[in-house]
Amino acid sequence: MADAAVPVTTRKDWSSDQDVRWCPGCGDYSILAAVQLALPELGVRRENTVFISGIGCAARFPYYMNTYGMHSIHGRAPAIATGLAVTRPDLEVWVVTGDGDALSIGGNHLIHVLRRNVKLRILLFNNQIYGLTKGQYSPTSEVGKVTKSTPFGSLDTPFNPVSLALGAEATFVARTHDMDRKHMMETFSRAHQHNGTAFVEVYQNCNVFNDGAFEQITSRATRDEMLIPLEHGRAIRFGADAERGVVMDAQGRLSLVNVADVGEDALLVHDEQRENPDLAFALSRLSRGPFEPTPIGVFRAVERPDYGSKMAAQVLEAQARKGPGDLAGLLKSGTTWTAG
Amino acid sequence: MTSSTETEHHAYRVETIDRVVIRFAGDSGDGMQVTGDRFTNESAIFGNDLSTLPNFPAEIRAPAGTLAGVSAFQVHISDHDILTPGDAPNVLVAMNPAALRANVDDLAVGGTVLVNSDAFDERSLDKAGYSTNPLVDGSLGKFRVYEVPMTTLTLEACKPTGAKVRDAERSKNFFALGLVSWLYQRPVDTTLSWIAQRYGKLPIVVEANTLAFRAGYNFGETAELFESAYEVHAAAHEPGIYTNITGNTALAWGLVAAAQLGKVPLFLGSYPITPASDILHELSKHKNFGVRTLQAEDEIAGIGAALGASFGGALGVTTTSGPGLDLKAETIGLAVSLELPLIIVDIQRGGPSTGLPTKTEQSDLLHAMYGRHGEAPVPVIAASTPSQCFDAAIEAARIALKYRTPVILLSDGYLANGSEPWKLPDVGTLPDISTTFASAPNATADDGTPIFHPYLRDAETLARPWAIPGTAGLEHRIGGLEKADGSGSVSYDPANHERMVRLRAAKVAGIARDIPPIEVDDAAGGAELLVLGWGSTYGAIAAAVRRVRALGHKVARAHLWHVNPFPSNLGSVLASYPRVLIPEVNLGQLAKLVRAEFLVDAASLSKVEGTPFRVGDVEQAIFAQLGVVVADGERASAPVAAHAGEEES
Ligand code: SF4
Repeated sequence: MADAAVPVTTRKDWSSDQDVRWCPGCGDYSILAAVQLALPELGVRRENTVFISGIGCAARFPYYMNTYGMHSIHGRAPAIATGLAVTRPDLEVWVVTGDGDALSIGGNHLIHVLRRNVKLRILLFNNQIYGLTKGQYSPTSEVGKVTKSTPFGSLDTPFNPVSLALGAEATFVARTHDMDRKHMMETFSRAHQHNGTAFVEVYQNCNVFNDGAFEQITSRATRDEMLIPLEHGRAIRFGADAERGVVMDAQGRLSLVNVADVGEDALLVHDEQRENPDLAFALSRLSRGPFEPTPIGVFRAVERPDYGSKMAAQVLEAQARKGPGDLAGLLKSGTTWTAG
Repeated sequence: MTSSTETEHHAYRVETIDRVVIRFAGDSGDGMQVTGDRFTNESAIFGNDLSTLPNFPAEIRAPAGTLAGVSAFQVHISDHDILTPGDAPNVLVAMNPAALRANVDDLAVGGTVLVNSDAFDERSLDKAGYSTNPLVDGSLGKFRVYEVPMTTLTLEACKPTGAKVRDAERSKNFFALGLVSWLYQRPVDTTLSWIAQRYGKLPIVVEANTLAFRAGYNFGETAELFESAYEVHAAAHEPGIYTNITGNTALAWGLVAAAQLGKVPLFLGSYPITPASDILHELSKHKNFGVRTLQAEDEIAGIGAALGASFGGALGVTTTSGPGLDLKAETIGLAVSLELPLIIVDIQRGGPSTGLPTKTEQSDLLHAMYGRHGEAPVPVIAASTPSQCFDAAIEAARIALKYRTPVILLSDGYLANGSEPWKLPDVGTLPDISTTFASAPNATADDGTPIFHPYLRDAETLARPWAIPGTAGLEHRIGGLEKADGSGSVSYDPANHERMVRLRAAKVAGIARDIPPIEVDDAAGGAELLVLGWGSTYGAIAAAVRRVRALGHKVARAHLWHVNPFPSNLGSVLASYPRVLIPEVNLGQLAKLVRAEFLVDAASLSKVEGTPFRVGDVEQAIFAQLGVVVADGERASAPVAAHAGEEES
């Protein structure tokens, strides 16, 4: 699918001249690097690539990409990107957002862009905190989170972004994390290949206001026990020696088991292409948060015509049926009469 | 009463009158809008000049038979040029007691009331709040009342169709239409063919409506109830092809035209809202023009998607009414900062909050001017008649494309749903409003490489280049953070911010050099009073000025089409009249702007009843300003706010 004439590029070509201004040690740096390293391999042109963001730390992302970009307003990037993507299907449009931007102020736009299946790649940097406003709890913060705005602990049940996206009819849903460049690059590449809205939750460490939120999943010391890799067509298992696994009972409930106890054949085989989102959803519920073994990878990747193509088809169909627009004819399309 | 089957028509006179105002009123389920619309079309095709004023409740089906559920359609037809739907109806068609009660007070003394007498039973009278039957208690003494059993006659006429009584009864609005069509000697063919076309899929409905319509017409001709029928001759229109058009249709077509003239694709992002939804409906029909419409998840997404489309090189448009404008404010601010073309159409309605969704008001002017945080100037254009919405849309697009700016286009419920005959423009004469996208670098880096500065401005217009994604070498990032003058990089530098604020203001203010000066209608010269209007008050003001002049008084008139920036000669025009009167369907918003901008002691004529000004309202206010005592002693129905220091009049 790569355009043969696309010039060979490197990370440098995709980096803008702006100084990157995230806090030292922020997980955003490694995500930026993974995107800048992945794009040269995707066969897309810089001038055809657009990054659109809302507000928040993550939202500074477009300034650092040597592409077209827009740093817009809080929560609205999916809506703005929708208008661009459906009028310019030739473009490669990415949305960079955060947990507050996408799930709080912009929640409505997110769910609607997902159900419409607009051809966008949405990267949701989830750090479970408000960083730019200096540390209030977010819609993904765990219950009881003590922050400046919740000195006695937060009361809200958090969203699970993957579950939310699946519930909103998303056709591509994945999760990756900021400590695994290779996995991020693979996931971003898969997102790029998807024909529709690709939703990617990226666990991202905010070392200033919520340090270590995902440490158990991402650190070398614990990740074997805590990170459940999802691979299409493969039995779902994890652990240093792949000694743990996931099984599904007759009611469709998932549980974690020791492979030795159930035997390899009893393990659940991942199927990201299953039309019914029940399996993907069940996998998204396997963990209540990054303090339990948590699936990472592509949960769901199914085909459904994208919104912009359907809109373009209606235009073409109307033109085939009625001919191209004739303004003089339009003005005379009601009842007319002649005077004089 | 003679039988409706009698074929010989009775002898009646046909009197010629120069104009008539008819109001059709009934329950919202009675089809009064269709009835009014058909009568309007018959008259338009006949060649009358006309103006219409639909008036319907916000509820889709308010409780039947109640005052809240009354839907009305007023049409003014004439044999000469007219400007408004008429102050007081000469004829009221009332399909039930509620319709009578809600409208009869507006009727001119000596006016004609045509009632469906079948609907005046005790229950219906009760629902309308009548303790006695107005048809017998003498309370309608100052009118000529014709009682016609429309339901009975409709059922009778529809018998051959075999339609159920309930269904056949629904054709009674066509009976009323037929009767009024006879009374004013309208041509009937267009309505008959319209019925056949509109209900073509339901032959029984076509038949019932046709029979009812004919029965109404024949009833007028044969029943010896009416001494006269009337004819209103065709008006002398300028030669040309005409169509009858509402403001919303004209606006939608104007947007389609603007995109063609601007050589850019049209994208509409919109959320349904009364009274703007018809623009979304209309544009959604015209996909063969390459028009893309998105019914967004909310008002914010509507404008967001429009702005995204503009970023990609389309003409992005969003349509809304007051509550939606509130929600779009933040995105309009972003568009000011991004300096991208965008059109925000606001079909104003009664506010605040949900207010009066189906009623008209001009109360969003200050919102359009200032309803954003920060210094966020936006050009504002206001359409003044239904057909002028077409030109206003093109002008809004011209300014948006040329100056890379959001433009707010104000219309209102009255213009949106009201209609008038429109002489179709020759599309070849419409202006070329196309613009060019940036295609090459416009600056040089320190090391000599050519680079692109997205905020390097055109020296004359101060517009920035519009470089759309897909253009190699011009990759750039824009956003809501303050940008460095020229390079467009994020900048927190205080001096730069001040420069950018002033540049954005100067860009919008400079549009004054690119719009026509305001025209003053002061043919006789030497007037003491200037009546200044904007938007939909045009018709009432112009008609009032005509009346006042006809009585020998001098008065000047001017109407604003561009509200921001003001035409460059407005200050000197205002200064040349000792008195200025500004009628507005709000509490004096333009008056406030004019007083602030020009230190002019303008008087404000306000009205916020959800209806447009009557000509008489404005006429009275003009007399008051002129110090003329009106012979018939009629007081102006709207208050004239006299400002301190002004002579009491
Ligand atoms: S506040 Fe947190 S998320 Fe924001 S830049 Fe700093 S470390 Fe990163």
